[in-house]
Amino acid sequence: MNAFKDAGHLFRLAGVFLAGILLFLVIREFLVPKSFGEYGHYRGAALAEIAARPLHYAGHDTCETCHADVLEKKKDGKHAHVNCETCHGALANHADDPASVTPQKLDTAVLCVRCHEANAAKPRGFPQVVSADHSNGLACDTCHQPHSPAITAGGAK
Amino acid sequence: MQGVEGFMYPNEVELQWSVLIVLYPFLTGLVAGAFILASLERVFNVEAVKPTYRLALLTALAFLLVAPLPLQLHLGHPERSFEMYLTPHSTSAMAMFGFVYLWYLMAVLVLEIWLDYRRDIVVLSQTTTGLTRLIYRALTLGSSNISEHALHIDDRVGWVITLIGIPSAFLLHGYVGFIFGSIKANPWWSTPLMPVVFIFSAMVSGIAAVMLLYMLLTWLRKQTIDMRCVDTIAQYLFYTFLIDFTLEMLDLIHRIYESDESFRSLDFMVHTKLYVSHILVQIILGTITPILLLASTQVLKISDMARKRIYATAGCLTMIGIFAMRWNVVIGGQLFSKSFLGYTTYKMGLVTREGLLTAIVLTLLPLVILWGLVKLLPPWPEKSPAVPGASAAH
Ligand code: HEC
Ligand code: HEC
Ligand code: HEC
Ligand code: HEC
Repeated sequence: MNAFKDAGHLFRLAGVFLAGILLFLVIREFLVPKSFGEYGHYRGAALAEIAARPLHYAGHDTCETCHADVLEKKKDGKHAHVNCETCHGALANHADDPASVTPQKLDTAVLCVRCHEANAAKPRGFPQVVSADHSNGLACDTCHQPHSPAITAGGAK
Repeated sequence: MQGVEGFMYPNEVELQWSVLIVLYPFLTGLVAGAFILASLERVFNVEAVKPTYRLALLTALAFLLVAPLPLQLHLGHPERSFEMYLTPHSTSAMAMFGFVYLWYLMAVLVLEIWLDYRRDIVVLSQTTTGLTRLIYRALTLGSSNISEHALHIDDRVGWVITLIGIPSAFLLHGYVGFIFGSIKANPWWSTPLMPVVFIFSAMVSGIAAVMLLYMLLTWLRKQTIDMRCVDTIAQYLFYTFLIDFTLEMLDLIHRIYESDESFRSLDFMVHTKLYVSHILVQIILGTITPILLLASTQVLKISDMARKRIYATAGCLTMIGIFAMRWNVVIGGQLFSKSFLGYTTYKMGLVTREGLLTAIVLTLLPLVILWGLVKLLPPWPEKSPAVPGASAAH
């Protein structure tokens, strides 16, 4: 069995590799979260954890229950499909307790240009203005009604 | 906007892939190239280039150890790269690279070096003292069997590993080209020729690097350079470079003839923003000049001294040319807008995490590691330690 003896070092090396792989498997057992791969290439338990986090956005429907007047104004204008909280920010805590949480006033000079500043990358049909030329520094809501922005007849009610 | 001409989409203005991503294919290219050189020497049994066989292997190892660092620094959170192994993601080319890398490092390079050096390691573990002795002892894995038959087995196993190693080295670097070549949204990258061009340019840079290192280290050790050896390597360099250049020209001609919708934009870029790095540095200085220099040594009768100088010059130009090629691929691919209507500028940081300084340190680090490896495992045939007790004539 000379050949066997002379290849002894190779078996030792194989042993080292094997030990390395085993060590890796043990480490893997500890490091990979139990729920990994339950639904896909991620930690399954993450879903429940995320669901348990406090809500920040109340959603359009919730706002409507108390602010029917705004909805009435908004529903015929072009902003009908722009959600309340897109402009007003996350307001779940206000919806829960309107008496103690008052939403911040919005600065239209910053808010409106976020969507309407002219940019060649925007679809051509989207209403956009070069704000420096268009309003010359005036706040947009001096002329436009935020909830129903068209100025022509039928806009500001 | 400063540095932007024409129209860029907002997410294209700033380059996401920095100079470190240029460095990464450059380093892996050197690994694959050096290893392929060593393997060809072994598989085809080329006697002339023996003096560089072990040096090429150690060079490959030194550069491979550093190769992932640019990526780690680029991404941040280096500890997360371990997740690639913990939860393998089989449909992500980038995630699978972890396995290609590990396979190549452990199953090919380390194994081949260990088998090749085993005799020396065993002898050194018996003749050295102190800490070095302990290192060598650990490397022997407790077996000091260096009988003729044991070494013969090592040689056979090593040969098989070399054979497996060649496709592995191609895979390692072809993979890097694949990552770029498979990005269909980017016409500067998206071509099936990319992996092939990457492999050949890798061989070119690896061969040039080993040749330069051999000449430099021999000079530092005050030994004479084996001219037969460098002549042969230079010849290899010449031929692989010719193939590499032909492939790149083929790609170019193909693009010009096809003239798809991206062509005008890319053509404009090559004549403006990329003119210096692509036309001047990569093609004229880094490819045509070294090819002509090497060709002159093939056809003309030139003295040894002059040949050495030509090889050194051609080698250095080659390294510059291949680095420029990586630069033009990685940076060039991000300078133009996917709307084909505008161009941006790459602003390289200096002392930032992905800046110039980091790139320089990462380029020098493999040389430091190589220095350590050469000290630990001398690659010079004449320095191979004699078995204690055996006659000097052995
Ligand atoms: C439970 C009923 C209720 C719900 C739900 C509700 N609000 Fe209110 N909201 C109020 C009341 C009451 C006021 C007046 C409070 C005050 O004047 O301090 C008010 C005031 C406001 C104001 C004006 C604050 C000001 O400066 O006068 C805004 C803006 C507002 N709500 C937005 C929202 C949005 C957006 C939502 C949906 C996320 C929402 N509200 C949901 C009851 C509600
Ligand atoms: C296009 C952005 C935008 C949207 C969408 C929007 N708002 Fe407003 N809203 C404003 C601006 C601007 C003001 C005036 C500044 C302020 O009071 O903060 C305002 C004012 C208000 C006010 C204060 C009183 C008033 O009527 O002027 C209430 C209440 C209000 N919004 C509720 C809502 C609700 C509820 C919705 C969803 C149905 C909504 N807003 C959608 C921009 C918007
Ligand atoms: C979240 C993005 C967003 C913000 C913020 C926003 N808008 Fe709009 N705006 C829209 C959308 C979407 C439309 C509808 C475009 C369409 O239908 O083509 C629109 C339409 C308009 C129109 C055209 C109305 C018409 O009838 O032609 C005007 C004017 C306008 N907005 C003004 C404003 C003003 C003033 C503000 C600031 C109070 C503002 N917008 C804030 C998204 C926004
Ligand atoms: C001095 C009054 C005034 C101010 C201030 C003003 N606008 Fe206007 N805006 C107008 C008028 C008038 C029109 C034209 C109405 C029309 O054509 O229907 C208009 C039209 C628009 C349109 C529609 C353009 C189109 O192509 O359909 C948008 C969008 C708009 N304004 C956004 C803004 C924004 C954003 C601001 C704030 C930066 C602003 N406006 C400030 C008066 C004003």
